[in-house]
Amino acid sequence: MVFSRFVEVGRVVLITYGPDAGKLAVIVDIIDHSRVLVDGPTTGVERQAISFKRATLTDLKVKVPRTLGTPALAKALEKQDLAGQWKKTAWAKKIESRTLRAQSSDFDRFKLMIARRKVG
Amino acid sequence: MAHAPRNPALVPGVSRFSRSQSYAKAALFKKKKQAAKSKAAAPAATKTKTVGGAKNGKSRAVLAAKAPRFYAAEDAPVPKVTRKTIRPVALRSSITPGTVLIVLSGKFAGKRVVFLKQLASGLLLVTGPFKVNGVPLRRINQAYVIATSTKVDLSGVKVDEKFNDDYFKRAKEGKKQATEEELFEAGKKQPTAEHRVADQKQVDKAILAAVKKTPYLKAYLNSSFSLSKGQFPHLLRF
Repeated sequence: MVFSRFVEVGRVVLITYGPDAGKLAVIVDIIDHSRVLVDGPTTGVERQAISFKRATLTDLKVKVPRTLGTPALAKALEKQDLAGQWKKTAWAKKIESRTLRAQSSDFDRFKLMIARRKVG
Repeated sequence: MAHAPRNPALVPGVSRFSRSQSYAKAALFKKKKQAAKSKAAAPAATKTKTVGGAKNGKSRAVLAAKAPRFYAAEDAPVPKVTRKTIRPVALRSSITPGTVLIVLSGKFAGKRVVFLKQLASGLLLVTGPFKVNGVPLRRINQAYVIATSTKVDLSGVKVDEKFNDDYFKRAKEGKKQATEEELFEAGKKQPTAEHRVADQKQVDKAILAAVKKTPYLKAYLNSSFSLSKGQFPHLLRF
């Protein structure tokens, strides 16, 4: 098995814990073997050091130089369409369907049951 | 909250400020002095009475109010004064006319019903509608109900004023000598009163029309609620 997700500048991470849980951020610099400096100007994540206990690596990577400033990073992320790329991944779709399911009302669940019966 | 003492104790018995300093801090001299109210003269405790007889000195001071002749040996219990007041029952904000409710207890547990209005007693007036799921016009305590976010549009529907708590009161029958015939017929079901049937139809007519406007809503009201595996009511949204 060969690794394909590396801790590297430009790697997109998904924050899984804390106030920013569920938001995407980009690695801007590497601090040590367990912590990196991340920034997510397009997703509302402030520039901060984060441990990998609180974030997971994704398959996505953006092309940015090391220690790029926040405004320039925002521009780069817009240009490389990080949000669009993320939306296409199965991971994002799974999260979206999970939240949709959790937010569905009693009537929605009933309609879903009917629809499922029709599919057979 | 009360503020910290102006003159805290350094050690017990020794305060931080002198008497004159603490007087200056308290600034009592700034306060307007209020003139002491002159107390109304207390009514005289005694009154003079003229007394006949040469040796009795003509008049005598007598207590104005006679001392009671009887003192109870035991204190009579005094009932406590209740300071509670009966207030109208507040309706849960998620329940508005037309809200679909899930009944949680009683004969119709699990049924989805339509809320019409709150009665004076605080109970909720609901209907199935009867034709859809067999729930008649009925009163339910809001504690035994889950409010869903689904609403039937009842904006054009007016619920008659006659549906109040008295409407649901059972007619009291006087005691009668049981006849043989009645004893054997006791187990038989009494037919529903005709005026109730008519009222039910009249109320449900408008509601049914509103229900039919939304697809699947009628089938939804017809179905009953239950939890399946992996469903936890505290995590569900209704």
